[in-house]
Amino acid sequence: MMLALDFSFLTPAVISGYIVKGFFFSLQLTFIAMLGGIVLGTCLALMRLSGKTWLVMPAAGYVNTMRSVPLVMVILWFFLLIPIVIGRPLGAEISAIVTFTLFEAAYYSEIMRAGIQSISRGQVAAGYALGMSYKQTMGLIVLPQAFRNMLPVLLTQTIILFQDTSLVYAIGAYDLLKGFEIAGKNFNRPVETYLVAAVLYFIVSFGLSNLVGILQKRIAIVK
Amino acid sequence: MTTWDWQVFCKDTIDGQIVPGCFGGPGSVTYLDWLLSAWGWTLSVSALALLVALVLGLVMGVLRTTPHRGLVLLGEAWTELFRNIPLLVQIFLWYHVVPALFPPLRAVPSFILVVLGLGLFTSARISEQVRAGIQSLSGGQRMAGLAMGFTLPQTYRHVLLPMALRIIIPPLTSESMNIIKNSSVAFAVSISELTLFALQAQEETSRGIEVYLAVTGLYFISAFAINRAMLFVENRVRVPGMIGGGQ
Repeated sequence: MMLALDFSFLTPAVISGYIVKGFFFSLQLTFIAMLGGIVLGTCLALMRLSGKTWLVMPAAGYVNTMRSVPLVMVILWFFLLIPIVIGRPLGAEISAIVTFTLFEAAYYSEIMRAGIQSISRGQVAAGYALGMSYKQTMGLIVLPQAFRNMLPVLLTQTIILFQDTSLVYAIGAYDLLKGFEIAGKNFNRPVETYLVAAVLYFIVSFGLSNLVGILQKRIAIVK
Repeated sequence: MTTWDWQVFCKDTIDGQIVPGCFGGPGSVTYLDWLLSAWGWTLSVSALALLVALVLGLVMGVLRTTPHRGLVLLGEAWTELFRNIPLLVQIFLWYHVVPALFPPLRAVPSFILVVLGLGLFTSARISEQVRAGIQSLSGGQRMAGLAMGFTLPQTYRHVLLPMALRIIIPPLTSESMNIIKNSSVAFAVSISELTLFALQAQEETSRGIEVYLAVTGLYFISAFAINRAMLFVENRVRVPGMIGGGQ
């Protein structure tokens, strides 16, 4: 006997009451962690490529540690450690934003490192030959090209990041999935709410990855 | 910062008394016993899910490279479906939605459902790698196989897959390490694996740092062991004469 699905409880009032708040937080978390992660990740990548041991070692250690621990454990670690370090509890939402920014920085840094390494050495030499400093060569010549080459990969990582935001479930932050879960409990319709949640995540992720595919064709540097 | 208290693992999980020797006897379970059993659950979930993912990922990846439009579409649809829904949501679908829609599945233990959820999620990624591996071979290989009078399945079995599978060992290694990390979402449906142990033992003992360090260490060791095992496989199956190949 099939269970009869009934989606009629999902009225606009229910959606704006439960779902929109969570969806907004998921997007906010994705966006802040993307921007912060790319900035921090670029710094980490520059450190790793600097050739100075005292910069390479800590950056490599940080990236490799973050990449070998499950994200759920990283979320739990930060939720445990932040209150100890700053001396007062921080809400689950703020804790999640800090965690994701620092965690994603490790992944973005690997992408930026590959991007910087893909720029030909002649470009750097040309910068120095023109009398530019390291900062100018990086900022005006290397990074803009690396960023452009890697934009599709950075955005693909951001789609993964958006999917991973659902893991804040572990510390009870109110994200998109949590919104659906609470609505499902209150109306005793968990099956329907999980289905709608899956469809919504699918539409956002699938839609974005198709956009990235189109973008990839349009921005490719002709060589 | 407070001092370390590693004695916490020697405590009995019920009365909180320190058990001599750290391992509980009959009728008594210490946190160390619990930690090791949780590690066992993590490894079991990961190993079985990896098996599911390799088989299905191989099939779907191969389908996407066949000349049959219908099979290609099936493989693509599979990959997109399981790649674009967050793993945690997929686990909830298997746990809450699938048994509700298909009542015979209600008797299936949640361990199996998590294995299927993690396995199918990972199969989408492995199918991508298998497809990329096959497409990286020169087109002449397939034509040569067919020209020799091999059927299409024989061409895959004896010509394309032996090369493609060797090529994709490095990405498969990182996917196998990912599966250990991803198995941590099983905590959400009450599988007694490492992450759930971390959450519950932290709550019961208030020794969060020690508990998390032990759990993180075990995740490290597990992923590292997989890494070594795959390197061993990679060296054993290396084809002489290929780039990075032996003598």
